[in-house]
Amino acid sequence: MSAHNCETCADHAQLAQMGIEIGRCDHVVALAGNPNTGKSSVFNALTGLRQHVGNWTGKTVTRAEGAFAFGGKRFKLVDLPGTYSLLSASQDEEISRNFLLFGKPDCTVVVTDATALERNLNLVLQVLEITDRAVVCVNLMDEAARKGLDVDVRSLARDLGVPAVATVARKKQGLRDLVATVAGVIGGDIRTAPLRLEAPAEVREAISSLVPHIEAAAPGVPNARWIALRLLDGDHRVREALLSGELSALASSQLDHVPAESSRVKAVAGAL
Amino acid sequence: MPASAQVVLDHSDRLRKELGSDFRDRMVTAVYEQARSVVARSVRETTAPKWDFDQRIDRLVTSRWLGLPVMTLLLGLVFWVTIIGANAPSQMLANAFFAVEGVGAGWFDRLGSPWWLTGIVWHGVFRGLAWVVSVMLPPMAIFFPVFTILEDLGYLPRVAFNLDWLFRRAGAHGKQALTMAMGFGCNAAGITSTRIIDSPRERLLAILTNNFVPCNGRFPTLIMLAVIFVAAAFPPALASIAAAGSVLAVVLLGVAFTLAISWALSRTVLSGEASAFTLELPPYRRPSILRILYTSLIDRTVFVLGRAMLTAAPAGAVIWILANVQAGDSSLADHAIAALGPLGNAIGLDGVILLAYIIAIPANEIVVPTMLMCYLGAGMMMDITGYDAIRAVLVDQHGWTLLTAINLMLFSLLHNPCATTILTIWKETRSRKWTALGGLMPLAIAFAVCFVTAQAGRLLG
Repeated sequence: MSAHNCETCADHAQLAQMGIEIGRCDHVVALAGNPNTGKSSVFNALTGLRQHVGNWTGKTVTRAEGAFAFGGKRFKLVDLPGTYSLLSASQDEEISRNFLLFGKPDCTVVVTDATALERNLNLVLQVLEITDRAVVCVNLMDEAARKGLDVDVRSLARDLGVPAVATVARKKQGLRDLVATVAGVIGGDIRTAPLRLEAPAEVREAISSLVPHIEAAAPGVPNARWIALRLLDGDHRVREALLSGELSALASSQLDHVPAESSRVKAVAGAL
Repeated sequence: MPASAQVVLDHSDRLRKELGSDFRDRMVTAVYEQARSVVARSVRETTAPKWDFDQRIDRLVTSRWLGLPVMTLLLGLVFWVTIIGANAPSQMLANAFFAVEGVGAGWFDRLGSPWWLTGIVWHGVFRGLAWVVSVMLPPMAIFFPVFTILEDLGYLPRVAFNLDWLFRRAGAHGKQALTMAMGFGCNAAGITSTRIIDSPRERLLAILTNNFVPCNGRFPTLIMLAVIFVAAAFPPALASIAAAGSVLAVVLLGVAFTLAISWALSRTVLSGEASAFTLELPPYRRPSILRILYTSLIDRTVFVLGRAMLTAAPAGAVIWILANVQAGDSSLADHAIAALGPLGNAIGLDGVILLAYIIAIPANEIVVPTMLMCYLGAGMMMDITGYDAIRAVLVDQHGWTLLTAINLMLFSLLHNPCATTILTIWKETRSRKWTALGGLMPLAIAFAVCFVTAQAGRLLG
């Protein structure tokens, strides 16, 4: 989390918005977060696209994709529907969950609302269960300041074991820092050690006895541990997905399974 | 595959029993504990906020007594602003376009183009486009930015909050208020947005009833009818208020139909209980002017107008051909109009309006321009510009009354969704049955309501 926030440093020149030119990208970055935390603002600021930003829950119900370049690399950015958790099952939330689990993004940025961090951390902690390469974007810092809240992102990063970057996406503050951090995590310059739940011994045992079976039933599936945990929890959607073969299909087809729409189409109707 | 999948499930079920029933609670509690301890170390309250502006506004706009009236008033205000602003620019645009039509047709004639080519190109296609732009652009260019401001402020979740109890009573999901609000923009987008509703039953309710709120394409029709007919029936001082009031009444009627049909469906083919949900009221945010202009003018106005023009161009050609190809002693258009006449008359409309609706199935927004082209026919003089002239033609030459206008507004509100919306219903439900119901139910309701209104109107004189 080096400080990249001066206007004159080299990184400033290197960040280029690339709109929907997502053809040849070196890395895929997923943008997750609770509803209404400013994911779409971050998305627009980075890609230069003008996906409509609505101030209400559930505005993004499909995946939007865009691209930006930084430090000589091209990044594809995938804006996911807002979700409070990875455990639930409405269709928009499932789009997010499937992409995070099976899309194998090179880095996941979890956008959080600085004014309601505790609730937002639920999703962050769940994301950290399934990936090492994550960056927490603490957005809406201006609103937090207005409400008299002081958020210490260094302490947050130390506790979570992944970088945390303070941003005000609407005013384009902190975004270069965010991008530099994402690039650092992908390139391996920033090492992460995500905070994981200390599962009791019997749970750990149950998971490890289940994982080989899952990998046999759905070859190549990433995050078999997470699926094991969901099965132990009795998650109906995961059970169904396993039985119907949907899970193996997702594991093999990955990105292509969930249709993406360009931001423009989505903003007007998502329907033509 | 299912065989080995079954092995996994059996194995996990055994393990689940061993872990005990409080396993889930323990895991969830652990996550919450973790989040709390992290936040305790990183977030500090520096100063207590002196007063919470958001909360004060919310107390007003979501109050039990004032919430709904404030909402109605705001919506009425949006319509009023649109109506008082749309008249003059519409007239100017029409004047300009029809001047071009005259000049263009003149050029074609001088270059020796055959009469039918000049006819199709200038009096068909071009005139269709000219009507669409001059009648639709001004109301859209005012309505969309104003509506987008409300949206960006964060008002829509408050609307959902205010309407939640009504939807629950109707057996529908509270989030249906949000998908309904999205439908004001575009019904197809509204139907896509029903993905935020997790229960399939409640989602279907939201999909099937989304058509009952007028979309961007239908608003200009409603606003124009209100300006031309409702406003004219009142003294000038009250005209714009009466017009805005009538659009508001139509919209509220649409909401009433949404609720009533949801209620009826949830007690018959889609029976079940309404499920609970949490709704977050986001903080109010100052809308960014540039983004509002971009969203409302480029994404919405240009998109709707572009789509309308794409369908209006061939529609213009079709109408010109129908009006100029003779079969027996009259044109094809006259035959169609005569055939549709009795049905149209029964529901307070006429054959021309129904013909326009049939031609405009691909996009509802061109109904009024199509209708005007049918009325004016081929070879008519085209100095019919501005709303006043339109009224003169419809009332004096074609026998329109206030009842015709009201029935047309009702029909426009209720009738079948446009082709894009029907396609979206199919995409989202993958069911022929629900797609057919989604298309035919509104049509049947529109006919029934207009029939009753027309008969009642005629009885009362």
